[in-house]
Amino acid sequence: MLFAAACASPSDGEDVLIVFAAASLTKPFGEIAEEFEAVNDVEVVFSFAGSSALRVQIIEGAPAEVYASANLANMEAVVDAGITHTDPVVFVANTMEIGVAPGNPRGIAGLGSLSDGDLLVGLCDATVPCGSLARRVLGGAGVVPAVDTNEPNARALVTKLEEGDLDVGMVYRSDVVGSDLINGIEIAAQDNVLAAYPVAALTASGTAAAFVAFLQSDEAGAILRRHGFATP
Amino acid sequence: MLVLAGLGTALVVLPLVGLLTRTPWRDLANLLTSRIVVDALRLSLVASTGAAALSLVLGVPLAWVLARSEFRGKALLRGLVILPMVLPPVVGGAALLFAFGRRWLIGEPVYEATGFLLPFSMWGVILATTYISLPFMVLTVEAGLRNLDERYEAAAATLGASRWRVFRRITLPLIGSSLLAGLVLAWARALGEFGATITFAGNLAGRTQTMPLAVFLALEQDRGAAVAISLVLVAVSLTVLVLLRERWWPVR
Repeated sequence: MLFAAACASPSDGEDVLIVFAAASLTKPFGEIAEEFEAVNDVEVVFSFAGSSALRVQIIEGAPAEVYASANLANMEAVVDAGITHTDPVVFVANTMEIGVAPGNPRGIAGLGSLSDGDLLVGLCDATVPCGSLARRVLGGAGVVPAVDTNEPNARALVTKLEEGDLDVGMVYRSDVVGSDLINGIEIAAQDNVLAAYPVAALTASGTAAAFVAFLQSDEAGAILRRHGFATP
Repeated sequence: MLVLAGLGTALVVLPLVGLLTRTPWRDLANLLTSRIVVDALRLSLVASTGAAALSLVLGVPLAWVLARSEFRGKALLRGLVILPMVLPPVVGGAALLFAFGRRWLIGEPVYEATGFLLPFSMWGVILATTYISLPFMVLTVEAGLRNLDERYEAAAATLGASRWRVFRRITLPLIGSSLLAGLVLAWARALGEFGATITFAGNLAGRTQTMPLAVFLALEQDRGAAVAISLVLVAVSLTVLVLLRERWWPVR
């Protein structure tokens, strides 16, 4: 209760909308919020983290009004907990790419490189969406990865690739588009997976519904595509 | 006064009660003997013992310098030593990565020549936890040295004992309780270390996944397992802190 009150205290009387969103949405959502605030008298406040961490917080009573998850399973858990106010809608999708250092100094050719014990290989942990997707792609291609670290979220993995502390990792296409420092090697469509991002309003507030609707607009779609996402 | 003390007690006790109410008692035995928990516990014990030992080796001389010598920049040195205590551990971990990663001045040639790399290895876990627990050792031992009556050492020196002999036979036994308290604090802090470890050493079951990392990741998927691991951490830490407090801590 205290937490809710503290978080929702609006600055100078303006209404506040609290959005919990997957860390991979950080960049496009920042731009989308600016557009949304320009036409609605509201301040959008984000909490970005791994979808699974957000799910845990929401089920434990965090004051989120909108939840955008990077996979369906986390959203289903929130739906099952009876916290959603509207049915979830898939508003965007992401695919996986192989992330490597700029210029690909290690000459990484494809998924097979991830089983090379001489390379420093990173994945997201299997408990977060980018980790389970990576394992589905690798499993489908029959590659057993020689993993050196299972990072707690997509952002942490991208940072280690950017810093050159890892040679290769499985990241979102949107992460490659969003980074000046890493290059992406595309994965053939038949080996790749499509990660659907669902969003739902968690309160009856009109602003929450309006934000969910805005995410499905052409305007928001253009921003999301520019950041490497695919829109339905 | 008593009311506030009671509130303070409630603040530290209630989270433990919360943990106990969520404990899956029925599955506890299975959860605690699962591969992931056993691996993480072993790694945690090895790493925090290594960190405590390293803190002893590096921390006692540092404490000695800080307690016994006067030089310019001493305040700065003490500040630098204490810094890991107050910095967000994630910042420490990132800084360690920039210093000891393979893109570093020394890290790169060593890695190219030998393949040895601190990050993503158990040595990385020990380095990260030592970095965080060292200040606990230094501060405790420095306080012990300051409280020591230097006349005992002076007397031994007058009687012809060498400096090393004085340190070994007089100083060390007199600061014994501080040394032990420093060791315990460093060990316990290392056992609970999370941020610097996951940032610097990464997370791989059996190699770098300590108990706190296992809890953090399990929390997002398997609440029961996360609570079970937390319970072990609480039990181990509390036992050590209580037992040693009774017998050796300098505060009575």
